[in-house]
This record gives sequence, structure tokens and C-alpha cells, in this order.
Amino acid sequence: MTVAPQAATLPQAGRLRSTVDFYLTTMRLAVQEQLQYRTANYFYMFGMVAEPVIYLVVWTTIADQQGGSVQGFTAGYFAAYYIVWTLVRNMNIVFGAPYWEQRIREGDLAGALVRPLHPLHFDIAYFAGWKVVVIALWIPLAIGLSLVFDPVLDPRPLEITVFAVAIWGAYLLRTMFQSTLGMLCFWTTRGAAIFDLWMTLELLLSGRLVPLPLMPDWVQTISWFLPFQWAFYFPIESLVGDLSDAELARGLAVQLLWILIGLGLFKIAWRSAIRRFSAVGG
Amino acid sequence: MNALRLSWLYLRVGVMNELQYRANFVVQIFQSAITLLVGLAVLSLVYSHTSELNGWTQPELLCVLGIQILMGGVIRTYIQPNMTRVMEEVRQGTLDYALTKPEDAQLLASVREVRIWQVVDVISGAVVLGFGLSRIATGLGAVDAAAFAIALLFGAVMIYCFWLVIATGAFWVVNMWTAAELFDGVFQTGRWPVGIYPGWLRVSVTFLVPIAFAVTVPAEAVTSRLDWETLLFTAVFAVFLFASTRRFWHFGLRNYTGASA
Repeated sequence: MTVAPQAATLPQAGRLRSTVDFYLTTMRLAVQEQLQYRTANYFYMFGMVAEPVIYLVVWTTIADQQGGSVQGFTAGYFAAYYIVWTLVRNMNIVFGAPYWEQRIREGDLAGALVRPLHPLHFDIAYFAGWKVVVIALWIPLAIGLSLVFDPVLDPRPLEITVFAVAIWGAYLLRTMFQSTLGMLCFWTTRGAAIFDLWMTLELLLSGRLVPLPLMPDWVQTISWFLPFQWAFYFPIESLVGDLSDAELARGLAVQLLWILIGLGLFKIAWRSAIRRFSAVGG
Repeated sequence: MNALRLSWLYLRVGVMNELQYRANFVVQIFQSAITLLVGLAVLSLVYSHTSELNGWTQPELLCVLGIQILMGGVIRTYIQPNMTRVMEEVRQGTLDYALTKPEDAQLLASVREVRIWQVVDVISGAVVLGFGLSRIATGLGAVDAAAFAIALLFGAVMIYCFWLVIATGAFWVVNMWTAAELFDGVFQTGRWPVGIYPGWLRVSVTFLVPIAFAVTVPAEAVTSRLDWETLLFTAVFAVFLFASTRRFWHFGLRNYTGASA
């Protein structure tokens, strides 16, 4: 059976109110659901913490060997960078591209398509609700890491505000690109290789591995023109670094630009992907 | 002798099973290549900012990287698949089929699975190790090579023990998957010599999760850092760990009532 691409339409009058209502309800649902899995959420976070702790230890060792700093970055800076990293990394977890395969294979998509709202709305709303739980659970973890590693963190109020916005910008940005990439699952069941390649580029070009100024110049130039660093390095740096007001504003603007580009790409990909879709159960 | 024959038999059947899925080989090569390239990129990045890390030069850390990839390959080829199968079978109740066989249960539980394509990582790790060694001026002496082989073997045994403890835990706690995921994260600490970590972490990745024994100690052997006392201690600790793990497994079995298959 081939499902028609257009689903039932909402009455135009109450459209905005219904959408807002849908978002709030889905977010509330996600909060209640995820609060039940506190232990699982924590285990997941602990597993994730190994990665930044390793980077932190390596760069702190180098800084100490060279009289306290690498290219002007002190051990205290690295500690702050990688502790804030853990929150940004958590915000970067979205409905990932590989899960589109599951969604298609198990027939969930067929059910989602007959709803009057695009499935992307559900993904954004549900994971946004989950993030509220994640942020709450992250705070004790951050306190623990701060006690062990002595971060130097002295943000201005404006920087804190920009950071609070930028982590949500990062969340939306990555949602758009992962969803677009997920459209590949409509064509192949071996998307894993491409997703791996994407993740690797992201690791190297986003600031996840090291603060970007430590990368060779040409890598920094490339990453300037790609979306990755605006979902990772920029949010971290807005809080930890010493960006000027203009740089903070520009960062948010570039984030917005990439979110819109990602949304545009997703719409194009979705349109041709959904034509190929034939339902499986659901 | 019977144990060896049995393991060999399972290995052959497992390999034949896996060889049917050739496409997985290509995917595995691709993934191993990515892992390797990222590892090399990180090393060259680190050494563009320093000439040595805690006394380890770049070729020496290449050896560490090679051994970590190699050991990771061994774990994913043979150790992890068997142990996750035990955990899964406890949940489903099918472990009873293995327990009722007239062979040692621990042996059976440990040799039934093999993911032969993961051997790609063993090979790529060995190549990196060889390359690192070729760039160390002093070369590799026969004594060091022998110490390396012994240390690697004991290291693998200790990782196996760690996994068996986790798998045995499934007799009490059904959801041990998260522990398995934790291991993957923590195993990445093996990329770097254990000496760079702060005390609490060093103790954890040495005695709690024996990654230091599995990667750093063999790496110390090939870079002529290993003294006899450490190797002896490694051997004693491996034997101790194996014996106590076996006791723990039996203790778990006695408490296990079966989930009825």
C-alpha cells in the first residue's frame, strides 16, 4: 500500500494553538516518561563522561608539561570546556538518523503519517521534553566533575543568557541535519556506513575532540563553513570562552541560518523520500 | 584436551556461520578504517603540540594505540559476543540448554560465539603496532617480545574475567546491558598510557576494569619499560582473578533457579 503524501489537514483557524498545545503535551509526556528511567538515564550519562574525561586528562597533561598552558589554554580552561561539553553533548542527542530505519522497518511511520502533524514535530517536542530531565540530572554530575577537576569559569550574565539559548539552537540544528540524513533510510538499509562517516567528521570538526583553535588552521577554516561547530564549539565557547558581544550575536545568527538551511534540506529530502515509502504494518 | 577440542569445534561452526555474510566484511573494513584514521589523527594532533606525553614519544604511543585496537578486536571477536549471549539467555531462559549439557558450564558459556569479521581490528591493530615498533630506534628484543606475548595473554584473560563477572551479574540483575555500554566507553581510556590518569581513575582502570593490564602493560613490554616485578604481579593477579571469577560464576549458578525454557 502506498500512503498519500498529504495527511489530514488541521482547521486553519486553530492551527497555531493546536500546534503549541501538541508541543506542550508531548513535552510533558516526555518529562513524565523519562523521569521513570532515572537510573538508565544516569548510566547512559556516566558512560558518556569517560570520553571528555580522557580528552581532559590528555590536554591537562600536555598543559602541565609545557608550564601550565597549551596555546594559552590553561588546565582550568580545559576543565571548564570539557565539563560544559558534557551538557552540550547531551543537548546534541536527538532523534538520530539510524532510528529512521527502525521507524520504517517496524511500521511506526505508517501510523505517524496519518496524524495531522508532521512526525518531525513529534521528534522535536519529545526530545525537547526529555532534555528538561537531562538538564536536571546533569547538574549533580557537573558539580561532581567540578569538584574533581577545578574548572575556571567566570561568565558574564550575557554569556550565560546566550549559552542558555545556544544549547537549544544546537539541539534544533542537529535535529535538522540528523533528520535529513535519516531520509537515506528510505533508499537503503546500509546507511550505517554513511552515518559513521558523518559522525567522524562531526567528531573532528565540531570541537567535540578538542577546542577548535588547537586544530590545524586548514581544519578550522573548513569547519567555519560547516554546521558542526555551531552545534558544539560555539555553545561551549559562549559560556567558557571570552567572546565579544558581536561574536555572541553572530554565533546565534549563524546557528539560526544553519537551522533554516537544515530545515530546507529536510523538506526537500522528505518530499522525495515519502514518495518511495510503502507502509509496513503500523 | 577435551576443552580445547570443543572450543575448536564451536569456533569452526561459528566461523562458517559468519562467512555467509560477506557484505559485513566490507562494512567492517570501512568501520575499522574510520576508527584507525581517527586514532591516528588524534595522535598527530597531540604531538603537534608536544614532543612527548608523560614520557611517551609518538612511536611509542602508536604502539599503545595498536595494542588497544588489537585488544578491542579480540574482545569483540570472542569475549563480548559470548558474554552478551549469556546475559541474553538468562533473560530468555534458554541458558538452561547450555547448563544441562554434560560439559563444564563456564567453558560452554565462553566459547559458543565468534564474530570473525571483527578480526579486521586485530589485524589493523597489529599493523599499527608493527609500524610504531619500526619507528622506535632501539627495536624489539627477544625478551621484550616474549614478555609482550605473555602480558597480552594475561591481559586478555583478565578482560575475560571482568566480562564474566558482569555476565554472572545477570543472574541477579536482568538489565546488565548498561554495564556493557559503560565498558565500551571506559575501554577508550586504554588509548593512553595509564600513568597519565589521576590516581582514582588509574586505580579504577587497573583493578576495577583491568584495562591497564590489557593494554598498558603489554605496551610497556614492547617499549622496554616493563620490569620483572610488574610482569610477575600481572601473572599472579591474572591467576587470582581467574580463580575468584570461577568461584563467583559457580556461586551465581547455585543461586540461579532457571527461568524455565
